[in-house]
Amino acid sequence: MSDFTENFWSWYVAALTLIGIIGSLVLLWATARKKMPERSDNTTGHVWDEDLRESNNPMPRWWMWLFVFTVIYALLYLIAYPGLGAYPGEMKWSTRGEYEAAMAGAEKELAPLYAGFSAKSAEQLAGDANAMAVGERLFMNNCAQCHGSDARGSKGFPNLADSDWLHGGSPEKIKETLTLGRKGQMPPMAAAVGTPEDVRNVAQYVLSLSGGPHDSVRAQLGKSKFTACAACHGMDGKGNTAIGAPNLADDIWLHGWGEQAIVDIVNKGKINEMPAQAGKLTEAQIHLLAAYVWGLSNKAPAAKL
Amino acid sequence: MSQPALRKIIPIVPAAQPVGESLYEAHRKIYPRSVSGRFARWRWAFVAMTQLVFYGLPWLQWGQRQAVLFDLEARRFYLFGYVLYPQDFIYLTGLLVASALSLFLFTAVAGRLWCGFACPQTVYTEIFLWIERKVEGDRTARLKLDGAPFSLEKLVKKWFKHILWIGVAMWTGFTFVAYFVPARELILQFLQTKMGGWEIFWVLFYGFATYGNAGFLREQVCKYMCPYARFQSAMFDKDTLIVSYDPARGEPRGARSRQADLSALSLGACVDCTLCVQVCPTGIDIREGLQYECIGCAACVDVCDGVMDKMGYAHGLIRFTTQNALAGKWPAARMLRQVLRPRVLIYSAFLGVLCLALLWSLMARMPLKVDVVRDRAALSRIVAGGRLENVYRLQVMNATEETQRYTITATGLEGLAVASEAEVKVGPTESRWVAVRLQIPYGSAQAGSHPIMFRVGDESGHAHVEEKSVFLVPR
Repeated sequence: MSDFTENFWSWYVAALTLIGIIGSLVLLWATARKKMPERSDNTTGHVWDEDLRESNNPMPRWWMWLFVFTVIYALLYLIAYPGLGAYPGEMKWSTRGEYEAAMAGAEKELAPLYAGFSAKSAEQLAGDANAMAVGERLFMNNCAQCHGSDARGSKGFPNLADSDWLHGGSPEKIKETLTLGRKGQMPPMAAAVGTPEDVRNVAQYVLSLSGGPHDSVRAQLGKSKFTACAACHGMDGKGNTAIGAPNLADDIWLHGWGEQAIVDIVNKGKINEMPAQAGKLTEAQIHLLAAYVWGLSNKAPAAKL
Repeated sequence: MSQPALRKIIPIVPAAQPVGESLYEAHRKIYPRSVSGRFARWRWAFVAMTQLVFYGLPWLQWGQRQAVLFDLEARRFYLFGYVLYPQDFIYLTGLLVASALSLFLFTAVAGRLWCGFACPQTVYTEIFLWIERKVEGDRTARLKLDGAPFSLEKLVKKWFKHILWIGVAMWTGFTFVAYFVPARELILQFLQTKMGGWEIFWVLFYGFATYGNAGFLREQVCKYMCPYARFQSAMFDKDTLIVSYDPARGEPRGARSRQADLSALSLGACVDCTLCVQVCPTGIDIREGLQYECIGCAACVDVCDGVMDKMGYAHGLIRFTTQNALAGKWPAARMLRQVLRPRVLIYSAFLGVLCLALLWSLMARMPLKVDVVRDRAALSRIVAGGRLENVYRLQVMNATEETQRYTITATGLEGLAVASEAEVKVGPTESRWVAVRLQIPYGSAQAGSHPIMFRVGDESGHAHVEEKSVFLVPR
């Protein structure tokens, strides 16, 4: 527990502390023995500036015993708790220990609640307002940092509230994503596609898949080169959730829209990672979170439960 | 020729060699004699008034709940019709400032009125003294009882007194806790012996403090602990009403026969009966002038007026007067005119303005609060339909006791619209966080940060709040 660089400092602090406490006691003892001259006008006899006199208004004796009590209390405290240099105290108390005890206590207290959640399916949980309220708080603390507090993500961070899924949107798949994490990987494909001109044509073709504004002539030229992409994204460009290949035929652009954005990705590839939560969250928490995320895009049927 | 001294040199006279007193003294118990009269009646009126409020308020209901309840766990303070949130802390600040100003004002006008008549220390000491008097008798009887050797009678009396004291103290502790836990629940918990640990602790703690302060410490709290006595001189001036002995009239003091003609004696009006010392709850002799121990309770005024009656002398040998009035032998009207002096007028003006402002702000208070926080993750995003979106978290706090439906709108940018659910339902006294998405058409605003305004209003249109935020447009 010692945070001292050298043992000397531990002794130094301990000695200073004890000298301070004993010094207070000595001072108290000395003042308690001091006698003031008894005078009829009840002053100490000191006179300043001609006529300023100090009145003698003694403290009650029980007050002095309070001081003695504080000294005894301080010594007992230093025996029980850490305070004397590196000495950890007889009670072995530490902030870390208290934190761990509090966490263990909270876990024990929440165990029955989570046991109830774990016994239900994701579909049932999505219709349970209480479970969703707990799920929302978990989401806010653990997921919202990347996916946003409304779960709709932002550039590079997928929207969890729509029905577009990179790796599948069933509760089981979401649970798998949460537990193990995901690593989406698109290799640089420039060489496979062809010349820079070919790459631009492919980009135009990709834009055409979702029916957005595009150059139809170049898109037509790019179509034949798309075969290099079809291995993962499919001939129709609708992607493959088994390997996490995005659907290119919808109007959802996780890494940016437009020719330049697509050309960049084709040339440089893309690695995007969702970290595994298995070590951070308990299984019951992951189960509840999966249900919450599933419920975001499957509201209507579950609400009837 | 000697050089004139530039500065007068004042020698410090050293203290004589120590012989006598210690810096600490053994506590001398004070046995205040019972007193009746004008000011004693006032004091009992204040005891009754303050304690009726303190003991009674937790039992007062307001609709379905306790009228005054400080629910610390839920962080809601209920004050009659109001539901206060932690965000309403300003009202507590206002109350404290108003209390401090009132104290300054009363002190400037009439000294330590608070101490002598309304301070809990005085009030509970008065109640405990009353019990003591009923059980053990008045001053002389109590002095005799304490001096007497151990006996069955002494044991019974002392025990009986302490049992009564503890009873009052515990009820006081219970009442204190009943401001934080509903009184009706608390008494049920108590009767079923199901009171929680913290409730028991605070009942005992507050009860013990009452027992100790009112039963034992008494005037020592005022003399050694309370800062008021020490800074009273900063608020007093020569026109402040203080309890004072009139030495010009009283001296030379001395005993005399009741039949003796005052004018024939070379004596003042003070018969030196020491009753003023015997009734004093802090054990001082008011005839020595203004002392920091004096709490202005006017017990000595009451008792001295009684003696003056018996002697056939005029009242007011000890009276509420001012230093100026005493020195100038002013009549009462002249003295009272001095009340309207700048210090008093300034305090009154401050106090009046503050009270009006507090009252006005309570009247105009919206039973709805909104806090806008920009989303922590997404600065800005482009969504389907070529629109630019910002996300906010709104904390909507319902300070009414009914479920409310609030409508959220936003203004400040062309085409700014709420894309998420614009209506939010919040339960009674609850607060809810909702994610709100705002959108503008892409390209309709320049890159940068644009100030916008959220407006949240209830269905009736009575309660509405506007909150500032910003909308970010990326480059």
